[in-house]
Amino acid sequence: MNRYETLLLETAARDERLVVITAENRGHMRTVPPLLGDRFIDVGIAEQTMIGMAAGMAVRGRVVVTHALAAFLTMRAFEFIRDDVAIANVPVIMVGMVPGVMSDGNGPTHQAIEDVAIMRGLPNMGVFCPCDESEFIDGMRVLLESRRPWYVRYINTPDLAIDRVAFEPGVANVVRGESIHRPDVTILTYGFLTRQCIEAAEELGRDDIQVRVVNMRTLKPADEQAILNAAATSGLVVTVEDHFLTGGLASIVAETLMARGKGANVLTIGFPTWFTPGRLDEVLAHERINSAAIAQRIRQRLADIVHAPAQPPLLPNEVSNV
Amino acid sequence: MTADQREELEQAALRVRQHIIGMSTNGGCFIGASLSCADLLVYLYWRFLNISPMTVNAEDRDVVLLSKGHDVPALYGVLAERGFISKDRLKNHLSVDDHIYWHPNRAVSGVEFHSGSLGHLLSVGMGMALDARMKGLPTRVVVILGDGELNEGSVWEACLVASALNIDNLVAIVDRNHFQANIRTEELVPLEPLAEKFRAFGWDTMHVNGHDMESLDECFGSIQLSSGRPTVVIADTRRGKGLPSIEERADRWFCNFSPEEAEALLDELSGNSRATLTSETLIVR
Repeated sequence: MNRYETLLLETAARDERLVVITAENRGHMRTVPPLLGDRFIDVGIAEQTMIGMAAGMAVRGRVVVTHALAAFLTMRAFEFIRDDVAIANVPVIMVGMVPGVMSDGNGPTHQAIEDVAIMRGLPNMGVFCPCDESEFIDGMRVLLESRRPWYVRYINTPDLAIDRVAFEPGVANVVRGESIHRPDVTILTYGFLTRQCIEAAEELGRDDIQVRVVNMRTLKPADEQAILNAAATSGLVVTVEDHFLTGGLASIVAETLMARGKGANVLTIGFPTWFTPGRLDEVLAHERINSAAIAQRIRQRLADIVHAPAQPPLLPNEVSNV
Repeated sequence: MTADQREELEQAALRVRQHIIGMSTNGGCFIGASLSCADLLVYLYWRFLNISPMTVNAEDRDVVLLSKGHDVPALYGVLAERGFISKDRLKNHLSVDDHIYWHPNRAVSGVEFHSGSLGHLLSVGMGMALDARMKGLPTRVVVILGDGELNEGSVWEACLVASALNIDNLVAIVDRNHFQANIRTEELVPLEPLAEKFRAFGWDTMHVNGHDMESLDECFGSIQLSSGRPTVVIADTRRGKGLPSIEERADRWFCNFSPEEAEALLDELSGNSRATLTSETLIVR
């Protein structure tokens, strides 16, 4: 029995409101169905119906955890999520499987790399993208009590060797370089690529480039203070995500800095379009989002900043086109 | 059903239609679909459902969901006549100070779930029915679908799953008024043979004249809700029923009448004289 199965079964034993539904996606919880009885429902490959049913149960007081591949959950069933879960503002937790780059060899139809953008665009909806199995379990334990809708990127990768502060929505976790006073670089990231970012930071550290790595954990609410701190204290802010460059963390950083009238040197690393499918480690290398490529892209940007001539101030009526 | 009982229901339906006409001016409403399901809703709330203003939050109450949503003036009329909301409140239709507008909002007492986008509430109703079944409650969930709404694939996906999960405390009613927005269903996306389609999906099917209280009584009196299968009632209705000047007219589905026209329609409803309508008709195609 894995830790997610244990969490679901323990919660169900303690809380009779809990119902678990899946759209024929139960590889990560094989032991749950017989033990949960009628509080486990498999609707088949019917994501819209699953979300509508979950909303119908939740409005009557249930807490419902739903499962499907992240791409089909967030996009096939999007309007059901919007109308029946977000507008109703009911406790339905939507766990998306093989999100982001984890769809490896499936191809673009299965790539949920706009999921953060479309889910965080919904009022009432929270977005949680854990970096390893422990963070997933710790966070889910909190979300199950939260009485609000959540979208969660599923992950069961081995635990990272990181210090963890207690999970709280909207509170980021500094996973490397917390003691650095003024880092050369702060990497803001989440989810599966957190490991690559930590390794990139180690590599850059060997060249005496001081890098802090911040795991955002929840993208909505996002830890705005963590973003503002990064902008205020670092020479370069880097966002790293297995998500389109539109609407994810890169956009969150831009929105946050714009709203506060702050500026920063920012490098955004993510997908400009659908990624080339293949074995996961080869995809990371090909798309230049593994630790070596992240380190190399940061070095390049730091060099560009050093060599760029200082921008002359704009005249009152002049508009920059760069 | 005695003659007196029948008379009581018909009088109630007349008052609900008066309320609907009242909402068809000063901004207007989807009057055609509201009039086609008015008798159905009256029958359900007066004779079939275990729900009243006193039990509106009771866990074992029966549930009605309007999946097509735009017929909600009929529900508001029924809720006002049954005392869930005050009749005065219907004057707030389309006021930003209330929650009464063209589609249902569950902030209005007696409304169980919001809708507007077609093809959603069959699955929401399935969740409610399963919740009740898990709790061992006698709750019955009634979902009213439009026939045009049956174009939506999500309805048929939900039909498959409802049958697979043996949800037998679920009744879908198709308000078969033979129109989608402004064209006859059979001229755009033909639905017939409709009962056979539901039967093939594993549903028990029934037919009823959706405007005749005795037929409705016979039909709902004989529903078996322990068959292991969900039930669909195909209710034959007429869009705009009760107002000959708009009945079955393709261009009279959403109407925003002048106050004078609304007065004339109230007269027409009581059988006095046929209204002369000069306000613009609505043809989208």
